Amino acid sequence: MEINVKRDGARSIVYVTGDIDLYTSPQLRETVLDLFQRRNQQRVVLNLSEVHYIDSSGIASLVEGLQEAKKLHARFILVGLNEAPRHVLELTRLLNVFEIAASEEEATAADA
Amino acid sequence: MSKEVHPALRKRLRADGVAPLISVQDLVVRYGDKEVLKSVNLDIYPGETMVILGASGSGKSTLLRHLEALARPTSGHIYIKGVDVATCTNEELQRVRRIMGVSFQSAAMFNSMTVGDNVALPLREHTKLAEPTIKLMTQMKLSQVGLEGAENLFPAQLSGGMKKRASVARALAMDPEILVFDEPSAGLDPIIGAGIDQLILHLKQAFKMTIVVVTHEMASAFLIADRMCMLHQGKIIAIGTVEEIKRHEHPRVRQFLQRIPDEPGSADANYLTGL
Repeated sequence: MEINVKRDGARSIVYVTGDIDLYTSPQLRETVLDLFQRRNQQRVVLNLSEVHYIDSSGIASLVEGLQEAKKLHARFILVGLNEAPRHVLELTRLLNVFEIAASEEEATAADA
Repeated sequence: MSKEVHPALRKRLRADGVAPLISVQDLVVRYGDKEVLKSVNLDIYPGETMVILGASGSGKSTLLRHLEALARPTSGHIYIKGVDVATCTNEELQRVRRIMGVSFQSAAMFNSMTVGDNVALPLREHTKLAEPTIKLMTQMKLSQVGLEGAENLFPAQLSGGMKKRASVARALAMDPEILVFDEPSAGLDPIIGAGIDQLILHLKQAFKMTIVVVTHEMASAFLIADRMCMLHQGKIIAIGTVEEIKRHEHPRVRQFLQRIPDEPGSADANYLTGL
Protein backbone atom coordinates (compact mmCIF):
# COMPACT_ATOMS: atom_id res chain seq x y z
CA MET A 1 0.00 0.00 0.00
CA GLU A 2 1.19 3.50 -0.80
CA ILE A 3 -0.02 6.74 0.71
CA ASN A 4 0.48 10.22 -0.72
CA VAL A 5 -0.80 13.35 0.95
CA LYS A 6 -1.53 16.62 -0.83
CA ARG A 7 -2.00 19.50 1.60
CA ASP A 8 -3.61 22.81 0.84
CA GLY A 9 -3.90 24.99 3.94
CA ALA A 10 -6.31 23.31 6.34
CA ARG A 11 -7.41 20.78 3.74
CA SER A 12 -5.71 17.57 2.73
CA ILE A 13 -6.29 14.89 0.18
CA VAL A 14 -4.93 11.45 1.05
CA TYR A 15 -4.33 9.17 -1.94
CA VAL A 16 -4.19 5.48 -1.10
CA THR A 17 -3.02 2.83 -3.57
CA GLY A 18 -3.22 -0.91 -2.85
CA ASP A 19 -4.86 -3.18 -0.31
CA ILE A 20 -5.77 -1.95 3.16
CA ASP A 21 -5.38 -4.93 5.48
CA LEU A 22 -4.11 -6.01 8.88
CA TYR A 23 -0.56 -5.17 7.90
CA THR A 24 -1.06 -1.88 6.07
CA SER A 25 -3.97 -0.28 7.93
CA PRO A 26 -1.79 1.03 10.82
CA GLN A 27 0.01 3.28 8.31
CA LEU A 28 -3.28 4.71 7.04
CA ARG A 29 -4.54 5.21 10.60
CA GLU A 30 -1.37 7.05 11.59
CA THR A 31 -1.53 9.30 8.52
CA VAL A 32 -5.16 10.29 9.03
CA LEU A 33 -4.90 10.83 12.79
CA ASP A 34 -1.71 12.85 12.31
CA LEU A 35 -3.47 15.19 9.87
CA PHE A 36 -6.23 15.90 12.37
CA GLN A 37 -4.29 15.89 15.63
CA ARG A 38 -0.96 17.48 14.75
CA ARG A 39 -1.52 19.31 11.49
CA ASN A 40 -4.86 20.81 12.46
CA GLN A 41 -6.55 19.90 9.22
CA GLN A 42 -10.19 20.91 9.01
CA ARG A 43 -11.00 18.68 6.08
CA VAL A 44 -9.37 15.40 5.15
CA VAL A 45 -10.47 13.75 1.91
CA LEU A 46 -9.53 10.10 1.54
CA ASN A 47 -9.28 9.12 -2.12
CA LEU A 48 -9.80 5.36 -2.32
CA SER A 49 -10.10 5.05 -6.10
CA GLU A 50 -6.96 2.87 -6.22
CA VAL A 51 -8.11 0.62 -3.39
CA HIS A 52 -9.85 -2.61 -4.31
CA TYR A 53 -9.62 -4.45 -1.00
CA ILE A 54 -10.19 -3.26 2.53
CA ASP A 55 -10.54 -5.54 5.54
CA SER A 56 -12.11 -4.87 8.91
CA SER A 57 -8.91 -3.35 10.31
CA GLY A 58 -9.05 -0.85 7.46
CA ILE A 59 -12.70 -0.09 8.18
CA ALA A 60 -11.85 0.34 11.87
CA SER A 61 -9.10 2.78 10.89
CA LEU A 62 -11.60 4.78 8.83
CA VAL A 63 -13.97 4.86 11.81
CA GLU A 64 -11.16 6.17 14.00
CA GLY A 65 -10.52 8.91 11.45
CA LEU A 66 -14.19 9.83 11.49
CA GLN A 67 -14.34 9.83 15.30
CA GLU A 68 -11.31 12.13 15.44
CA ALA A 69 -12.82 14.47 12.85
CA LYS A 70 -16.08 14.73 14.80
CA LYS A 71 -14.22 15.36 18.04
CA LEU A 72 -12.40 18.29 16.42
CA HIS A 73 -15.44 19.53 14.46
CA ALA A 74 -13.57 18.77 11.26
CA ARG A 75 -14.65 16.75 8.20
CA PHE A 76 -13.48 13.37 6.97
CA ILE A 77 -14.74 12.60 3.47
CA LEU A 78 -14.38 9.42 1.43
CA VAL A 79 -14.18 9.58 -2.33
CA GLY A 80 -13.67 7.07 -5.16
CA LEU A 81 -15.17 4.07 -3.39
CA ASN A 82 -14.80 0.97 -5.53
CA GLU A 83 -17.27 -1.89 -5.38
CA ALA A 84 -15.47 -4.10 -2.84
CA PRO A 85 -14.76 -1.39 -0.22
CA ARG A 86 -18.34 -0.09 -0.66
CA HIS A 87 -19.64 -3.63 -0.10
CA VAL A 88 -17.62 -4.00 3.11
CA LEU A 89 -18.98 -0.68 4.39
CA GLU A 90 -22.51 -1.85 3.57
CA LEU A 91 -22.00 -5.15 5.37
CA THR A 92 -20.73 -3.41 8.46
CA ARG A 93 -23.68 -1.01 8.23
CA LEU A 94 -21.30 1.95 8.12
CA LEU A 95 -21.91 3.23 4.61
CA ASN A 96 -24.31 5.94 5.79
CA VAL A 97 -22.12 6.87 8.74
CA PHE A 98 -19.42 8.30 6.50
CA GLU A 99 -19.57 11.41 4.38
CA ILE A 100 -19.06 10.15 0.84
CA ALA A 101 -18.48 12.44 -2.12
CA ALA A 102 -19.04 11.57 -5.76
CA SER A 103 -15.77 13.17 -6.88
CA GLU A 104 -12.64 14.78 -5.52
CA GLU A 105 -13.87 18.14 -6.81
CA GLU A 106 -17.09 17.80 -4.84
CA ALA A 107 -15.18 16.75 -1.71
CA THR A 108 -12.80 19.68 -1.87
CA ALA A 109 -15.20 22.38 -3.06
CA ALA A 110 -15.03 25.48 -0.84
CA ASP A 111 -18.72 25.54 -0.03
CA ALA A 112 -19.12 21.76 0.17
CA MET B 1 0.98 -17.37 -1.80
CA SER B 2 1.17 -16.26 -5.42
CA LYS B 3 -1.84 -15.67 -7.65
CA GLU B 4 -0.53 -18.02 -10.37
CA VAL B 5 -2.06 -21.48 -10.42
CA HIS B 6 0.29 -23.98 -8.79
CA PRO B 7 1.25 -26.73 -11.30
CA ALA B 8 -0.17 -29.36 -8.91
CA LEU B 9 -3.58 -27.70 -9.12
CA ARG B 10 -3.83 -27.44 -12.89
CA LYS B 11 -5.56 -30.78 -13.20
CA ARG B 12 -7.98 -29.84 -10.43
CA LEU B 13 -9.52 -26.74 -11.98
CA ARG B 14 -13.30 -26.46 -11.76
CA ALA B 15 -15.27 -26.37 -15.03
CA ASP B 16 -15.15 -22.55 -14.90
CA GLY B 17 -11.35 -22.60 -14.62
CA VAL B 18 -11.19 -21.75 -10.91
CA ALA B 19 -8.43 -23.49 -8.93
CA PRO B 20 -9.22 -25.06 -5.57
CA LEU B 21 -8.38 -22.98 -2.50
CA ILE B 22 -7.74 -26.24 -0.65
CA SER B 23 -6.58 -29.32 -2.53
CA VAL B 24 -5.96 -32.58 -0.70
CA GLN B 25 -4.01 -34.99 -2.90
CA ASP B 26 -3.38 -38.63 -1.98
CA LEU B 27 -3.29 -37.73 1.71
CA VAL B 28 -2.13 -40.55 3.96
CA VAL B 29 -1.93 -40.17 7.74
CA ARG B 30 -0.55 -42.91 9.94
CA TYR B 31 -0.33 -42.96 13.71
CA GLY B 32 2.08 -45.81 14.48
CA ASP B 33 0.79 -48.84 12.58
CA LYS B 34 -2.69 -47.41 12.23
CA GLU B 35 -3.54 -45.81 8.89
CA VAL B 36 -6.15 -43.20 9.77
CA LEU B 37 -6.47 -41.57 6.33
CA LYS B 38 -5.94 -43.69 3.23
CA SER B 39 -5.16 -41.74 0.09
CA VAL B 40 -7.78 -39.02 0.53
CA ASN B 41 -8.43 -36.66 -2.39
CA LEU B 42 -10.59 -33.60 -1.91
CA ASP B 43 -10.80 -30.18 -3.56
CA ILE B 44 -12.54 -27.20 -1.98
CA TYR B 45 -13.10 -24.19 -4.21
CA PRO B 46 -13.24 -20.50 -3.25
CA GLY B 47 -16.60 -19.43 -1.91
CA GLU B 48 -18.07 -22.88 -1.48
CA THR B 49 -19.26 -24.59 1.68
CA MET B 50 -17.98 -28.15 1.96
CA VAL B 51 -19.55 -30.34 4.61
CA ILE B 52 -17.59 -33.37 5.80
CA LEU B 53 -19.69 -36.23 7.11
CA GLY B 54 -18.64 -39.43 8.78
CA ALA B 55 -19.25 -41.63 11.76
CA SER B 56 -17.09 -41.44 14.86
CA GLY B 57 -13.66 -42.87 14.10
CA SER B 58 -14.00 -42.37 10.34
CA GLY B 59 -11.03 -39.99 10.22
CA LYS B 60 -12.98 -36.68 10.16
CA SER B 61 -11.07 -35.05 13.00
CA THR B 62 -7.73 -36.09 11.52
CA LEU B 63 -8.72 -34.70 8.13
CA LEU B 64 -9.88 -31.47 9.76
CA ARG B 65 -6.57 -31.05 11.61
CA HIS B 66 -4.78 -31.38 8.27
CA LEU B 67 -7.15 -29.00 6.49
CA GLU B 68 -6.41 -26.48 9.25
CA ALA B 69 -2.66 -26.94 8.58
CA LEU B 70 -2.19 -28.05 12.18
CA ALA B 71 -0.40 -31.25 11.18
CA ARG B 72 1.79 -32.43 8.34
CA PRO B 73 0.78 -35.54 6.40
CA THR B 74 2.59 -38.88 6.52
CA SER B 75 2.52 -38.73 2.73
CA GLY B 76 0.60 -36.90 0.04
CA HIS B 77 -0.06 -33.18 -0.24
CA ILE B 78 -2.42 -30.51 1.04
CA TYR B 79 -2.30 -27.31 -0.95
CA ILE B 80 -3.85 -24.35 0.80
CA LYS B 81 -3.91 -21.25 -1.38
CA GLY B 82 -1.15 -22.89 -3.42
CA VAL B 83 1.13 -23.65 -0.45
CA ASP B 84 1.89 -27.32 0.16
CA VAL B 85 1.46 -27.96 3.86
CA ALA B 86 3.50 -31.17 3.47
CA THR B 87 6.67 -29.43 2.38
CA CYS B 88 6.41 -25.72 3.19
CA THR B 89 8.58 -23.90 5.72
CA ASN B 90 7.29 -23.21 9.23
CA GLU B 91 7.01 -19.54 8.28
CA GLU B 92 4.76 -20.39 5.31
CA LEU B 93 2.75 -22.66 7.58
CA GLN B 94 2.13 -19.73 9.93
CA ARG B 95 0.99 -17.58 7.02
CA VAL B 96 -1.38 -20.31 5.82
CA ARG B 97 -2.87 -20.63 9.29
CA ARG B 98 -3.58 -16.90 9.36
CA ILE B 99 -5.95 -17.12 6.41
CA MET B 100 -8.08 -19.52 8.44
CA GLY B 101 -10.51 -19.01 11.25
CA VAL B 102 -11.65 -21.96 13.31
CA SER B 103 -14.80 -22.25 15.40
CA PHE B 104 -14.25 -25.16 17.77
CA GLN B 105 -16.89 -27.64 18.85
CA SER B 106 -16.57 -26.59 22.49
CA ALA B 107 -16.47 -22.84 21.64
CA ALA B 108 -13.11 -22.84 23.54
CA MET B 109 -13.55 -19.43 25.14
CA PHE B 110 -11.23 -18.32 27.94
CA ASN B 111 -13.53 -18.01 30.93
CA SER B 112 -11.29 -15.55 32.77
CA MET B 113 -11.47 -13.06 29.90
CA THR B 114 -14.40 -10.99 28.67
CA VAL B 115 -16.04 -11.89 25.38
CA GLY B 116 -14.41 -8.82 23.83
CA ASP B 117 -10.95 -9.87 25.01
CA ASN B 118 -11.55 -13.39 23.68
CA VAL B 119 -12.42 -11.99 20.25
CA ALA B 120 -9.52 -9.53 20.35
CA LEU B 121 -6.98 -12.17 21.37
CA PRO B 122 -5.83 -13.20 17.85
CA LEU B 123 -5.48 -9.55 16.87
CA ARG B 124 -3.38 -8.77 19.93
CA GLU B 125 -1.28 -11.89 19.42
CA HIS B 126 -0.68 -11.72 15.68
CA THR B 127 -0.88 -8.08 14.60
CA LYS B 128 0.54 -4.71 15.51
CA LEU B 129 -2.81 -2.96 15.35
CA ALA B 130 -3.42 -0.14 17.81
CA GLU B 131 -5.72 -0.89 20.73
CA PRO B 132 -8.51 1.49 19.58
CA THR B 133 -8.52 -0.27 16.18
CA ILE B 134 -8.74 -3.67 17.87
CA LYS B 135 -11.64 -2.49 20.04
CA LEU B 136 -13.57 -1.26 17.00
CA MET B 137 -12.86 -4.49 15.13
CA THR B 138 -14.07 -6.52 18.11
CA GLN B 139 -17.33 -4.56 18.16
CA MET B 140 -17.73 -5.15 14.41
CA LYS B 141 -17.13 -8.89 14.68
CA LEU B 142 -19.59 -9.26 17.56
CA SER B 143 -22.15 -7.27 15.58
CA GLN B 144 -21.66 -9.58 12.57
CA VAL B 145 -22.61 -12.62 14.66
CA GLY B 146 -25.57 -10.95 16.36
CA LEU B 147 -23.82 -10.24 19.68
CA GLU B 148 -23.70 -6.46 19.50
CA GLY B 149 -22.79 -4.97 22.88
CA ALA B 150 -21.67 -8.27 24.45
CA GLU B 151 -17.98 -7.36 24.67
CA ASN B 152 -17.95 -6.76 28.42
CA LEU B 153 -19.74 -9.98 29.33
CA PHE B 154 -17.87 -13.07 30.50
CA PRO B 155 -18.36 -16.44 28.75
CA ALA B 156 -20.12 -17.81 31.83
CA GLN B 157 -22.84 -15.20 31.32
CA LEU B 158 -23.59 -16.46 27.80
CA SER B 159 -25.98 -19.20 26.70
CA GLY B 160 -24.63 -22.11 24.62
CA GLY B 161 -25.74 -20.49 21.38
CA MET B 162 -24.24 -17.13 22.32
CA LYS B 163 -20.95 -18.82 23.24
CA LYS B 164 -20.90 -20.47 19.84
CA ARG B 165 -21.56 -17.12 18.16
CA ALA B 166 -18.77 -15.53 20.20
CA SER B 167 -16.40 -18.26 19.06
CA VAL B 168 -17.40 -17.50 15.46
CA ALA B 169 -16.67 -13.80 16.10
CA ARG B 170 -13.20 -14.78 17.33
CA ALA B 171 -12.72 -17.00 14.25
CA LEU B 172 -13.60 -13.95 12.11
CA ALA B 173 -11.20 -11.63 13.95
CA MET B 174 -8.39 -11.83 11.39
CA ASP B 175 -10.72 -11.61 8.35
CA PRO B 176 -10.00 -15.20 7.29
CA GLU B 177 -10.55 -16.45 3.75
CA ILE B 178 -11.41 -19.90 5.06
CA LEU B 179 -13.70 -20.53 7.98
CA VAL B 180 -13.75 -23.96 9.61
CA PHE B 181 -16.57 -25.18 11.84
CA ASP B 182 -16.16 -28.31 13.93
CA GLU B 183 -19.63 -29.60 14.85
CA PRO B 184 -21.26 -26.14 14.91
CA SER B 185 -24.60 -27.37 16.28
CA ALA B 186 -23.23 -29.86 18.82
CA GLY B 187 -24.94 -29.50 22.19
CA LEU B 188 -27.39 -26.85 20.98
CA ASP B 189 -31.16 -27.22 20.85
CA PRO B 190 -32.64 -27.36 17.32
CA ILE B 191 -33.78 -23.73 17.33
CA ILE B 192 -30.43 -22.36 18.47
CA GLY B 193 -28.72 -24.77 16.05
CA ALA B 194 -30.86 -23.42 13.21
CA GLY B 195 -29.71 -19.91 14.17
CA ILE B 196 -26.08 -21.02 13.78
CA ASP B 197 -26.95 -22.49 10.35
CA GLN B 198 -28.38 -19.12 9.34
CA LEU B 199 -25.24 -17.40 10.59
CA ILE B 200 -23.06 -19.71 8.46
CA LEU B 201 -25.24 -19.02 5.41
CA HIS B 202 -25.04 -15.28 6.08
CA LEU B 203 -21.23 -15.32 6.35
CA LYS B 204 -20.92 -17.27 3.12
CA GLN B 205 -23.28 -14.97 1.24
CA ALA B 206 -22.04 -11.68 2.64
CA PHE B 207 -18.29 -12.28 2.72
CA LYS B 208 -17.98 -14.95 -0.02
CA MET B 209 -16.05 -17.05 2.46
CA THR B 210 -14.88 -20.57 1.83
CA ILE B 211 -16.37 -22.66 4.60
CA VAL B 212 -15.55 -26.18 5.79
CA VAL B 213 -17.97 -27.79 8.22
CA VAL B 214 -17.73 -31.10 10.03
CA THR B 215 -21.11 -32.16 11.33
CA HIS B 216 -23.37 -35.07 12.17
CA GLU B 217 -26.51 -32.96 11.89
CA MET B 218 -27.98 -33.97 8.55
CA ALA B 219 -30.68 -31.28 8.40
CA SER B 220 -28.01 -28.66 9.01
CA ALA B 221 -25.65 -30.26 6.48
CA PHE B 222 -28.30 -30.30 3.75
CA LEU B 223 -29.14 -26.66 4.41
CA ILE B 224 -25.66 -25.15 4.45
CA ALA B 225 -23.66 -27.36 2.05
CA ASP B 226 -22.82 -26.62 -1.54
CA ARG B 227 -21.07 -29.97 -1.68
CA MET B 228 -20.63 -32.73 0.82
CA CYS B 229 -18.27 -35.66 1.24
CA MET B 230 -18.46 -38.70 3.44
CA LEU B 231 -15.53 -40.39 5.11
CA HIS B 232 -15.61 -44.04 6.06
CA GLN B 233 -12.66 -45.95 7.49
CA GLY B 234 -10.24 -43.26 6.38
CA LYS B 235 -11.47 -43.01 2.78
CA ILE B 236 -13.84 -40.67 1.01
CA ILE B 237 -16.63 -42.93 -0.19
CA ALA B 238 -18.94 -40.25 -1.58
CA ILE B 239 -18.64 -36.66 -2.72
CA GLY B 240 -21.13 -34.45 -4.49
CA THR B 241 -23.85 -31.87 -4.22
CA VAL B 242 -26.58 -32.23 -1.61
CA GLU B 243 -28.88 -33.88 -4.15
CA GLU B 244 -26.15 -36.24 -5.32
CA ILE B 245 -25.41 -37.33 -1.76
CA LYS B 246 -29.12 -37.80 -1.03
CA ARG B 247 -29.34 -40.17 -4.03
CA HIS B 248 -25.98 -41.88 -3.43
CA GLU B 249 -26.14 -45.66 -3.49
CA HIS B 250 -23.14 -46.57 -1.36
CA PRO B 251 -24.56 -48.74 1.46
CA ARG B 252 -22.70 -46.80 4.17
CA VAL B 253 -24.07 -43.49 2.85
CA ARG B 254 -27.60 -44.93 2.79
CA GLN B 255 -27.11 -46.26 6.32
CA PHE B 256 -25.83 -42.90 7.55
CA LEU B 257 -28.64 -40.91 5.93
CA GLN B 258 -31.33 -43.30 7.16
CA ARG B 259 -29.82 -43.58 10.67
CA ILE B 260 -29.63 -47.36 10.56
CA PRO B 261 -27.43 -48.76 13.37
CA ASP B 262 -24.60 -51.20 12.70
CA GLU B 263 -25.69 -54.78 13.33
CA PRO B 264 -24.20 -56.23 16.50
CA GLY B 265 -21.11 -58.24 15.61
CA SER B 266 -20.84 -56.68 12.17
CA ALA B 267 -17.38 -55.38 12.90
CA ASP B 268 -14.36 -57.47 13.80
CA ALA B 269 -13.61 -57.64 17.49
CA ASN B 270 -10.74 -55.17 17.79
CA TYR B 271 -9.56 -56.57 21.10
CA LEU B 272 -8.75 -59.90 19.44
CA THR B 273 -6.60 -58.33 16.71
CA GLY B 274 -3.42 -60.33 16.37
CA LEU B 275 -4.96 -63.73 16.94
